[in-house]
Amino acid sequence: MKYLDEFSDPDLAQRLLDQIHAATSRRWAMMEVCGGQTHSIIRHGIDQLLPDAVEMIHGPGCPVCVTPLEIIDRALAIAARPEVIFCSFGDMLRVPGSSQDLFAVKSAGGDVRVVYSPLDALKLARQNPDREVVFFGIGFETTAPANAMAVHQAKQLGVSNFSLLVSHVLVPPAMAAIMESPTCRVQAFLAAGHVCSVMGTAEYPPLAAKYRVPIVVTGFEPLDILEGIRRTVIQLEAGRHEMENAYPRAVRAEGNPAAMEMLRDVFEVTDRTWRGIGMIPQSGWRLAPKYRAFDAEQRFDVAGIRTAESALCRSGEVLQGLIKPHECAAFGKQCTPRNPLGATMVSSEGACAAYHTYRRLELVDAT
Amino acid sequence: MTDALTDALQPYGDLDFESWVCPAPLRETPSVVMGHGGGGVMSGELVEHLFLPAFGAAAAAELGDSAVLRLGGLRLAFSTDSFVVKPMVFPGGSIGDLAVNGTVNDLAMSGAVPMFLSTAFILQEGTDLGELARIAQDMGAAAAAAGVQLVTGDTKVVDTASGDGVYINTSGIGLIPDGVDINPRRARPGDAVLISGDIGVHGVAVMSCREGLEFGTAVASDTAALHGLVADMIATGADLHVLRDPTRGGVAASLNEIARAAGVGIDLVERQLPIPASVQDACSLLGLDPLQVANEGKLIAFVPPESADQVLATLQAHPLGQGARRIGTCVEEHPGMVVARTALGGTRVVGMPIGEQLPRIC
Repeated sequence: MKYLDEFSDPDLAQRLLDQIHAATSRRWAMMEVCGGQTHSIIRHGIDQLLPDAVEMIHGPGCPVCVTPLEIIDRALAIAARPEVIFCSFGDMLRVPGSSQDLFAVKSAGGDVRVVYSPLDALKLARQNPDREVVFFGIGFETTAPANAMAVHQAKQLGVSNFSLLVSHVLVPPAMAAIMESPTCRVQAFLAAGHVCSVMGTAEYPPLAAKYRVPIVVTGFEPLDILEGIRRTVIQLEAGRHEMENAYPRAVRAEGNPAAMEMLRDVFEVTDRTWRGIGMIPQSGWRLAPKYRAFDAEQRFDVAGIRTAESALCRSGEVLQGLIKPHECAAFGKQCTPRNPLGATMVSSEGACAAYHTYRRLELVDAT
Repeated sequence: MTDALTDALQPYGDLDFESWVCPAPLRETPSVVMGHGGGGVMSGELVEHLFLPAFGAAAAAELGDSAVLRLGGLRLAFSTDSFVVKPMVFPGGSIGDLAVNGTVNDLAMSGAVPMFLSTAFILQEGTDLGELARIAQDMGAAAAAAGVQLVTGDTKVVDTASGDGVYINTSGIGLIPDGVDINPRRARPGDAVLISGDIGVHGVAVMSCREGLEFGTAVASDTAALHGLVADMIATGADLHVLRDPTRGGVAASLNEIARAAGVGIDLVERQLPIPASVQDACSLLGLDPLQVANEGKLIAFVPPESADQVLATLQAHPLGQGARRIGTCVEEHPGMVVARTALGGTRVVGMPIGEQLPRIC
């Protein structure tokens, strides 16, 4: 993948930075939606190199961070059952529920396994017909197609001991919710490139028009992000508010039709609670009626589990871009990656964890 | 018995486990989790808050890779390590290679010439004897190549439900030459930070063949005994301040430990880090930081600036150090912290891994 190196080239990066500096005449606040972009910005120090007038607000696009506490508690309840093999992406294991995390369930004898694909979980189900295999299906439009495929295959193959604990969320309704918030400071969006590679770009022009914000579809390597910021600044300075695709090597306007077809077949749109933000209407997916038999919440009767968030944690305000992570009183004190109070401190894509991991130096100097 | 040994054994009489209470209870986990074996923050807490208080006055550990014991006029290095890598055979080596080279390297990082190893096996009932023989042959070959003798050992078997293949513990003794004083606390501002070659190779090689994660890569483990390389470095006459082999927790964990032990800061230059494209790609895919991925045949050296070029040239002249580079500098600023300058010109903190990124990597 020498290819990727070319998208971190320092000389090209400097040229883009020079253009951004030259184009910026006043203060702008833009939100990168995706946690992968947040991680890349902080990891490479891009925010340190931008003009002071360009502020990056870190958006809610970290799937681990926005998964509600009660879904985590439901996962813990399912994972603790002796007949269950509970499969998850690794990041979810350290996310604290109200009393423990999946690592603790594993340590107490629960069969919790990290897999890198829901199809591996399906394979486990076929290899272990006497066990119940549950996959923790979280994430945005990016992870959804593989989860849909796993459920689709399970139904086709008659694998009745496989099920999905679904907490899928959708990006465009969250962008609308952010713009509707009375405290909103966002003047433009870098849209999440990988989401668009699945779903295409058709959902964004109406948002750009309604809220009068530029929306620039942006990738994840340093040069991708700088190019997204450059195009956004140029639109803002010109008073334009259009959808632009700055990530054409991965994103086509029509998206991935095969994946979208699979998603339409397996899922249906539903209201979802976002951790730290609250309920956003029509902002998620659940299994469609014909696949409901594969819904782990129903199979294990955990839908009644309800829990509240830590009072100290301000991840909701972080996720809405109202405060920066270190402006939370618990940051680095009661709340660290070692002992996270909220999910934004857990995932490597969470804004709090990114600040804590890479920015302690400035934060220490500043205090 | 020498006075030192008498003194060391004396306090055993005072240990009282009945009245022992944990001085700082481990936080949210009342039981052992995989992260306690990861060589990062959690492993450190287990030692600091559970083992050391429980051992009380009997503990005389400096917490380096190996202990330095004075017997008569001799200085001996003594070290122990257990190996639980899964799978037991991986591209470039096996648990047998690691068991010998790992302990040899722990000794070598104090400048010692490794001499004698013990070897203890915990075997799971049902393990294939052919596989065990292959592992034992690897150990014999690695010991012969390293010039160490396997002088004592033990074998235990656990039932099927209690084990997972073959676990090996090795302990080793080596002799530290006169005039050599290599210790993490000796890192000084101004020291050049060198690494002997490519970063992250072992961890990626093991991950590439792990169940459920098989991905095609040409990466083979770098497992190797490093004491010959260390001997060449000592022979230059340079005043080597610190040596460390960055195994679990990778370069990030080793540098953080050194920064804390010596109360110094460490500045890295990302563009100087020798990370092979295959490792970088695998890490991108898996969401890992190559600096936190394990190595089994690399060393980090802190040397005075005036000796940096000479030591670097010596490393590069040795077959195990051909890829050696200077990756950073020891500084007075930000004591206890490792900071990297990114390729774009920004900075980031290189943190201590918390639990385990890749369980059972060695």
